[in-house]
Amino acid sequence: MSAPNKSFDPKQVSALSSESVDEMVVEAIAALSSASDLESLKVARLTHFGDRSSISLANREIGALPPAAKAEVGKRIGEAKARIKDALESREAELTQIRDNEVLLSEKVDVSVPVDRLKRGARHPLTTLMERLCDVFIAMGYEIAEGPELELEWANFDALNFPKDHPARLMQDTFFVESPDSGVVLRTHTSPIQVRAMLERELPIYVVAPGRVFRTDELDATHTPVFHQIEGLAVDKGLSMADLRGTLNHLAHVMFGPQIDIRWRPSFFPFTEPSAEVDLKCFVCLGDSSAVDCRACGGEGWIEWGGCGMVNPKVLRAVGIDADVYSGFAFGMGIERTLMFRSGVSDMREMVEGDIRFTGAFGLEA
Amino acid sequence: MKLPLSWIKEFAPAHESGREVAQALINAGLEVESVDTVGEGIHGTLVIGRVLEIEELTEFKKPIRWCQVDIGTQIRGIVCGASNFAVGECVVVAEPGITLPGDFTITSRETYGHVSDGMICSERELGLGPDHAGIMVLSGVEPGQNANKLLGIGDQVLDIAITPDRGYALSVRGIAREVATAFGVDFRDPASHFEPELGAPKTGTTPRDCAIEDFSACELLTLRTINGFNPDALTPRYMVARLQASGMRSISLAVDVTNYVMLEMGQPTHAFDLDKLEGAVRVRRGESGEKLETLDHVERILSPLDTVIADSSGPIALAGTMGGFATEIDGNTTNIAIEAAFFPASTVAGNSRRHKISSEASRRFERGVDRELAPVASARVCALLIEHGGGTYAGMSAVESPLSETVIEFDLGLSTRTAGMSIDHATVIEKLNAIGATHEPRGPGTLLVTPASWRPDLTQPADLVEEVVRLVGYEKLPSTLPTAPAGRGLTFEQRTRRRVGNLLAGRGLHEIRAYPFIGSADLDALRFPENDPRRSSPTLVNPLSELAPKMRSTLLPGLLSVAARNVGRGENDLALYEIGSVFLGGVNKSDLDPGVESKPSEQAWVDMQQALPAQPEHLGAVFCGAVESAGVWGSPRLASWRDSLDAVIAVADELGIALEIRTGSDPSFHPGRCAKLTLAGAGGVIGFAGELHPSIVEYWNLPKRSCAAEVDLTKLMSAAPRSTVAPTFSNSPLAKEDLAFVVERGYPATEVEAIIREATGDLLETIRLFDVYEGDQIPPSHKSLAYSLRLRSEGHTLSAEQLHNLRDRIISLVAERVGGTLR
Repeated sequence: MSAPNKSFDPKQVSALSSESVDEMVVEAIAALSSASDLESLKVARLTHFGDRSSISLANREIGALPPAAKAEVGKRIGEAKARIKDALESREAELTQIRDNEVLLSEKVDVSVPVDRLKRGARHPLTTLMERLCDVFIAMGYEIAEGPELELEWANFDALNFPKDHPARLMQDTFFVESPDSGVVLRTHTSPIQVRAMLERELPIYVVAPGRVFRTDELDATHTPVFHQIEGLAVDKGLSMADLRGTLNHLAHVMFGPQIDIRWRPSFFPFTEPSAEVDLKCFVCLGDSSAVDCRACGGEGWIEWGGCGMVNPKVLRAVGIDADVYSGFAFGMGIERTLMFRSGVSDMREMVEGDIRFTGAFGLEA
Repeated sequence: MKLPLSWIKEFAPAHESGREVAQALINAGLEVESVDTVGEGIHGTLVIGRVLEIEELTEFKKPIRWCQVDIGTQIRGIVCGASNFAVGECVVVAEPGITLPGDFTITSRETYGHVSDGMICSERELGLGPDHAGIMVLSGVEPGQNANKLLGIGDQVLDIAITPDRGYALSVRGIAREVATAFGVDFRDPASHFEPELGAPKTGTTPRDCAIEDFSACELLTLRTINGFNPDALTPRYMVARLQASGMRSISLAVDVTNYVMLEMGQPTHAFDLDKLEGAVRVRRGESGEKLETLDHVERILSPLDTVIADSSGPIALAGTMGGFATEIDGNTTNIAIEAAFFPASTVAGNSRRHKISSEASRRFERGVDRELAPVASARVCALLIEHGGGTYAGMSAVESPLSETVIEFDLGLSTRTAGMSIDHATVIEKLNAIGATHEPRGPGTLLVTPASWRPDLTQPADLVEEVVRLVGYEKLPSTLPTAPAGRGLTFEQRTRRRVGNLLAGRGLHEIRAYPFIGSADLDALRFPENDPRRSSPTLVNPLSELAPKMRSTLLPGLLSVAARNVGRGENDLALYEIGSVFLGGVNKSDLDPGVESKPSEQAWVDMQQALPAQPEHLGAVFCGAVESAGVWGSPRLASWRDSLDAVIAVADELGIALEIRTGSDPSFHPGRCAKLTLAGAGGVIGFAGELHPSIVEYWNLPKRSCAAEVDLTKLMSAAPRSTVAPTFSNSPLAKEDLAFVVERGYPATEVEAIIREATGDLLETIRLFDVYEGDQIPPSHKSLAYSLRLRSEGHTLSAEQLHNLRDRIISLVAERVGGTLR
């Protein structure tokens, strides 16, 4: 590099001549334009526009010029650099375009080939449906109560006002546990959880209890000896049948849609008085009585869903709740039946067998 | 219970159709399962014909008759293949033009060399009953009579299911009462309607004495006697038709009449052959070892728990349940004793349960019959027997305990409060009247209500409320939502089950819900030794299958069976899990019975539950075939012991628990590929994971080297922290260090890792075993374990010197503890 020109000598620097600069520009533009890809453009850029390029070196010579000359030459170099920069940018844009259009495209894959190295699993729809039902009640302030599957006969029957030898007790097709008078049974319904909740919780009580229950039926398309129920129990001051009806209506609307109402028919359960069977409006024909051959309800317009009623004062007495102060309601629905309605399951065995083609369809929510 | 509509309407003269009546009964709380028509498919009117001549045609393969039949208006020639009728008898004739069930239209046609001008019908051809042995022969009828009417053809039959509280509804009397109430028509009570028929006994006759030894077993006993009955008398046609429509066979006049009256009134009665009885008839408890052959020819061994009807020779009937064979009516019976009694439900329920007999009588007594009905019903029985079988009434002997009436103090506002809608006092009283209850005012707004004798199920105010509200109509109830107090949401365990399920399903496992029943074959196949506690789970008295009488003590049999089913259906690549209770230990029989009159004390409740076995929740998993299937990416990755172990570790990790993993020796697993999983500290063993023993894989026909895991989820959850403490971490520069140690082959990798952790202390961020080597480059029976460490200090950069010292400390500690050398 030349020494700084402080003396204002009219000194000539050949590299800064107009011709020389033009030559550099032409050379640089030619090199940049002929670059065939972004890699060679980078090489050309370093050669012709980098710190060691002719134009950069020439730029440094400006300091050697007398002040009067600096302006002119500075302008010349600046214009030259701008021309090179333009050429660089335009070639870079061209080559980027080429890369995007041709090179990346040549790496194209078939994204339709299978990618499922790891298959998705599934939870059982009975499990997730019970959770869904529970969540509806959690949202209303209820809690989830639990109880054992091998249960005291006292909780499964006696405390629920099933007298010993009463036909209602025999109707339950109970699995008894050795020895014959052990006082322990496989619970025939989730209702003993009511007894446990009333013995162990503070009043008022608002709980639901999902669970597995057992009756001595043979497995076929419509029966299974091991099935699931969800039990509901509310004990508070002033609860009425209207409250029970509203609660079940809400449940039906959430689970099946706002057009699916419930209907009650008088019935009998030892642990509720009054008692009712709960029917759902048929979700297929929506209760249209002209649909005689409805596949879901057979023209009835309604489908049996579960049972309900006001907690029998005898039950309240057995768990030490004052029936003159508190009243309660209880209900129970079959989970299998509910799944059959919601998801069109036609054969009970599919919910029992554990075929992964069945569970796989449900994933993480029924 | 099936009942013909015409019978119901005899006492409740409603005009509505069978379907409308069915709907009214459903609204009243009775389940009507079907409405059928008698002789469905018969179009046209059948007539009664008298057989005038029979010519036996013998030239055919089977006997054929050419009959001349007088049908009142004309004589028809009819060919018939049956031969159970004689000249002069009356039969049912289908004339040409009539259509029978199965769309079979009768025409005049030539057959067996004659033109057959109609058909003589059997029960089955008319769809009335199963009897095809011969054609129907009728008595007491005339040629030309409309046979449809006689046979009840066109009548509708309601099949009604009765809940256990509604014993009164197991009769025409009860159903007609509901129908009359529903349609607002007069109810003609058969119990009062037929009262005067019998008349006084003939002078000079004496009834047989009767007695009750134990009024708790029987509150009322009546015995009426008839002498000179004609044992050959036939049951009138209307009665046969109604019995058949109700699903009962016609047997003999005496039996048919008792059945008919039972259906009509709901009171079971029993007809004894009076000449087979010895001495007085009494109700008493059975004696130990006493024997009674019942009508079904089964010899019953009696005990003092049973209640029997006996004469001086011994038991002659199991009370309210089934009669005895020795005293039954037969073809020569001319003197009859009609027994009618009131047995409390518990008496008959006990008899029925102990002897496994469910009869029409026991079903009614168990559900409660009208205590006042027995003498009325037996009078009706006697009247019908005499009407159709002749004989003279010899009188009645009877004994009863004083009646203790149920009186209910009933608040007239209770119905409104319970229903949640206004039901005024007048309506309440109207409905009480409709169910036959009597009442008197007790005070302002309160009644003393005495339920009708046929409603023993009504014992408390709530029972009356149900009657009032169901008669007002459940469909009128409004819909309101109660406000529960603010809840606490799901419990930790409830949330955790969801987390675990979602985690495992996300890893590709499918949840199953297997039946919790296992058998000793399962336990043998799982190679459990004789003293394994998992062999002593509770056993069912009445299992579904003798092969699986025990409650499961392990989830594995269910998982393996479901896996086998999937494999059998062509799915070899499987990962399944189950979360469910297992049952450990036996049932501790307890004699604690707190009754139901008051709450058991807290201590009693705790003590009672000692009877139950432990029922912890387990998590089990099984892996078969490939966990990653073959695909465009390459070959499959087969399930190994690592996958089953990893699933459990992932669950524990999610719960914030670091499991200790050691070599295990569960008999169900490959002895060299089984991990025992332990909670830190005194937590103990919670389960096993690894490759299944090859003999188990073979037994269940699973793909080779299938793997499994089972852990006690209850224990795992109880060890889990209830909330997470946020970590603090340093952003100082990271230092990496790789170290490989040569140790004896049998030494668990986790222990070497634990030593490294101890030596590095807080500086260690993570440690990972990235290679295990065994081979020529190290001594025999040794392995090389290569660990990758990520180290970081709080607040400053680790210096070269610090790292050097740390490395030395690790090396010397590994050497000191396990003799491992740096490789």
